[in-house]
Amino acid sequence: MNGSFTLKDRTREKYMFRNRLIIAIIMIIFLSFLLIYQFINLQIFQRQYYTTLSKKNQIDFSPIPPRRGLIFDRNGVLLADNIPAFSLMMTPNKKDEMQKTIAELSKIIKITPDDIENFNKQAKQHRRFEQIPLKLKLTEQDVASFSTNRYRFPDVSVQAALLRTYPLSNAMSSVLGYVGRINEYELQYVDTTNYAATNFIGKLGIEKYYEKELHGTVGYRQVETDASGQTVRILKNIPSVSGKNLYLTIDSRLQLAAQKALGQNHGAVIAIQPSTGQVLALVSNPSYDPNLFVNGISQKDFNRLQHDPAHPLYNRTLRGLYPPGSTIKPFIATEALNANITNTEFTLFDPGWYKLPNSSHVFHDWKPGGHGWVNISKAIIESCDTYFYDLAHKMGIDRIDDILGQFGFDKPTGIDMGEELAGNIPSPEWKMKNRGLPWYPADTILSGIGQTFMQVTPMQLATATATLANHGVRFRPQLLFATQADDEQIIYTHPITETPVVLKQDIYWETIINAMQNVITEGTGYSFGHPSYSVAAKTGTAQVVNSRENDNAADNIPIQLRNNSVFIAFAPIQNPKIAISVVIENSHDAIRISREIMDSYLLNPEQDIAHATTRPAQ
Amino acid sequence: MPLQDQLSERFRRKQSGTQYRTLLQVLHIDITLLLSVVLLMTVGLFILYSASNQSSAIFSQGIMHIGLALLIMIVLAQLSPITYSRWSLTLFIISLLLLALVLVIGHIDKGAQRWLNLGLFRFQPSELMKLSLPMMLARYYQTSNLPPKFKEICIGILLILLPVLLTLKEPDLGTAIILLIAGGGILLFAGIQWRYILGTTFVAVISAPFLWRVMHDYQKQRILTFLNPARDPLGSGYHIIQSKIAIGSGGLFGKGWLQGTQSHLHFLPAHATDFIFAVFGEEFGFIGCVILLLIYLAIVARCIYITSQAQNTYTRLLAGALSLIFFTSVFINIGMVCGILPVVGLPLPLVSYGGSSMVITLASLGLLMSIHGHQQLLSH
Repeated sequence: MNGSFTLKDRTREKYMFRNRLIIAIIMIIFLSFLLIYQFINLQIFQRQYYTTLSKKNQIDFSPIPPRRGLIFDRNGVLLADNIPAFSLMMTPNKKDEMQKTIAELSKIIKITPDDIENFNKQAKQHRRFEQIPLKLKLTEQDVASFSTNRYRFPDVSVQAALLRTYPLSNAMSSVLGYVGRINEYELQYVDTTNYAATNFIGKLGIEKYYEKELHGTVGYRQVETDASGQTVRILKNIPSVSGKNLYLTIDSRLQLAAQKALGQNHGAVIAIQPSTGQVLALVSNPSYDPNLFVNGISQKDFNRLQHDPAHPLYNRTLRGLYPPGSTIKPFIATEALNANITNTEFTLFDPGWYKLPNSSHVFHDWKPGGHGWVNISKAIIESCDTYFYDLAHKMGIDRIDDILGQFGFDKPTGIDMGEELAGNIPSPEWKMKNRGLPWYPADTILSGIGQTFMQVTPMQLATATATLANHGVRFRPQLLFATQADDEQIIYTHPITETPVVLKQDIYWETIINAMQNVITEGTGYSFGHPSYSVAAKTGTAQVVNSRENDNAADNIPIQLRNNSVFIAFAPIQNPKIAISVVIENSHDAIRISREIMDSYLLNPEQDIAHATTRPAQ
Repeated sequence: MPLQDQLSERFRRKQSGTQYRTLLQVLHIDITLLLSVVLLMTVGLFILYSASNQSSAIFSQGIMHIGLALLIMIVLAQLSPITYSRWSLTLFIISLLLLALVLVIGHIDKGAQRWLNLGLFRFQPSELMKLSLPMMLARYYQTSNLPPKFKEICIGILLILLPVLLTLKEPDLGTAIILLIAGGGILLFAGIQWRYILGTTFVAVISAPFLWRVMHDYQKQRILTFLNPARDPLGSGYHIIQSKIAIGSGGLFGKGWLQGTQSHLHFLPAHATDFIFAVFGEEFGFIGCVILLLIYLAIVARCIYITSQAQNTYTRLLAGALSLIFFTSVFINIGMVCGILPVVGLPLPLVSYGGSSMVITLASLGLLMSIHGHQQLLSH
């Protein structure tokens, strides 16, 4: 065809167009099958998977926190309460958005860096759309100023929640411990489902030990939600089950009296009911306000407590390790009588010192010039060291360790609080292992008066004293008096018996207890005075520095170097109601303090559990 | 008149070559196309009612859109293809100007500047371009001796890229892709040689990195997220994940009309517009999806039939391009909603809520009816 003019070749064009149209049709058919393939894929093969996802999308479980059980003392006095408080709650969001919101909020409500840190910690652990407390315990002012600005913060709300408080503050912290916000570490050990709505967990003391009972069971609201997590309607409501209320064996009046008696002294007081092992008072002084910890203690407050030289955070009753000093003597004496190593007739002349037959080393008695002729009773009454040096020498360390073990000095008492230390009853094996030194005869002799490496906790001492009062019947010390689930009967706990200390004749017990009674009337415990009830007791002095020549209690040496005074006692002697151990650091005040505690308990009318369940005014 | 006579009268006319013309034929209306479109739009109204959480306001709005669009379709079917051919250049220039105008004074919605506010209603010039670009290209090639020569191809590509780039600038990736495919379709139907097709593909691949750079962040996001939705399950991947959940949980028979939870509880974004197919898939299941796809394919088949019957270059190319646009829109929308294509933001033709899209789609079918309805006149 000539190129000067173009003519449309219609037939060719039409033919070519047909071809191209067929290509297009093939493409269309192919792509349609691609779509159908995907329908089959999604709606038939993966149906199950997407159905599950779809259900999860719409239905959300929102957990309902259980109400934490209350804690009362044995008379029904409230020790741990839940008070409604307003908390600022925020839904975690994208990070920069959250920061913006917090910055805006700070303009109307004071938010500390601690609050933000706590919030961020929890935000990492919680699920999407779940609200997390940003600030607890809002003031009325805070609530009011937030309410007027609420529209600016769609992700933030104020919620009323129950906050733990301890009405008796410092007086109960050694027993109750406290609750605090759950941290990451604790989350690993709790049932995260049950704690889904819980912000607090017991950190120490009873609150920690009985966490399971106190916490209760989480409830659930099954709700249909929309994509923004908002509840459309409630499908199912499983109410939470409140934690059990606990009644402790503690008598808060005695506890307060003991704390008052201790005053500024550093030390520990434990009172036990010998017939059951119930702990009536457990005071470590100085103590701290557990309420500080509930809200997340500020770094400043924590540092203050942490670095206080008086160690208020240290629970001396269970973790304080003190040389028992002469208070160990009655326990050693029981075995000496039982094994016929000595008897009531045997007397020993005390010149004021003791010497082993083939040794030149002199062991001094605390009383220069000595006690003269001494039998076992006088040895206890006047706390004669020489007599017990001799006894220890005759008994040998194995026998001493055995009887002390029977009284429970070789292991923790097993009180229902945890965190307890075991003390130390030294043996040759122990010395070799821990000090790398052989056991010398002198070690045995000094063990006879509770010195050298011997260490006990006030809890062990009190438990052993109760055993003495019981003529060898042992109970494990207990703090839980009773539990009560919601609106149900109070269930009392039973005493737990331990292997008793059995002596061949009951007269041995009486000999020692009589002597201990005379400790008050004519012996080292004379300053106890003359109460209307009968008391058996033993004094002790534990050296802080090894200087027997000086009177360490004298006021002319630094306080922290003065001797500790230890005192054990029980009363009355027939059917004892109370056994106590008192350890006072760097002071000889133990006897006076013990008298006040005994009087407070024995001279006050008894109260029943049914009384005084009213809440103290906040 | 007795029935016998009627039939014999008709027979006589046919014998004598006199056409018996029905009202539909007089109005140049293709009954197959009309019926399948009406069927589709009826189904669409039901889905819209469900997707809008049974909003009667949106439902009646939807009916209004349909009414207006049908009217425009019928009006456009009356004009002859010759008229369209004549006005092609003018319409193209007007569309280009409007596209430029929208960039200057357009209404911004969701970060994109696509709308012109005409007081009474808002109007998307890029939608209009779906008609005027194919008309322009068909007009350009109607006098050429096809297949097009290199120069003609270059000019064609220029004509395509001009509106495509303007649309991309809005940004409206979906419509830009549709325009690109429509233009490419015309070149294909015009008989462009395979070596040019391969060459253009090569150039496209080469220029992809450049294209990536001029793309908006949200477009890059969408492509990245398409490749891996789990990359950002709360951000742009959320749409794909949620719509797949909706469709997948529909199963074989679906959850039933109005029973879909994904959309009613607002997990599904844009459930009345771009993602309406997910609502349908959730409520009517696999069976429903296949039936809906078949209805679309019926329309596409009729469009292609019309294309194949077209008798001159202009009508042939225009009909081919319009058919292609219709199918591609359906494919891209359903493809993105069920997760085989990236989310580009295109409505589902004739079902998604939205006046502009509805009117333009039915207008394009009106053009096809005009092409089909006027050819007998031309041929006889």
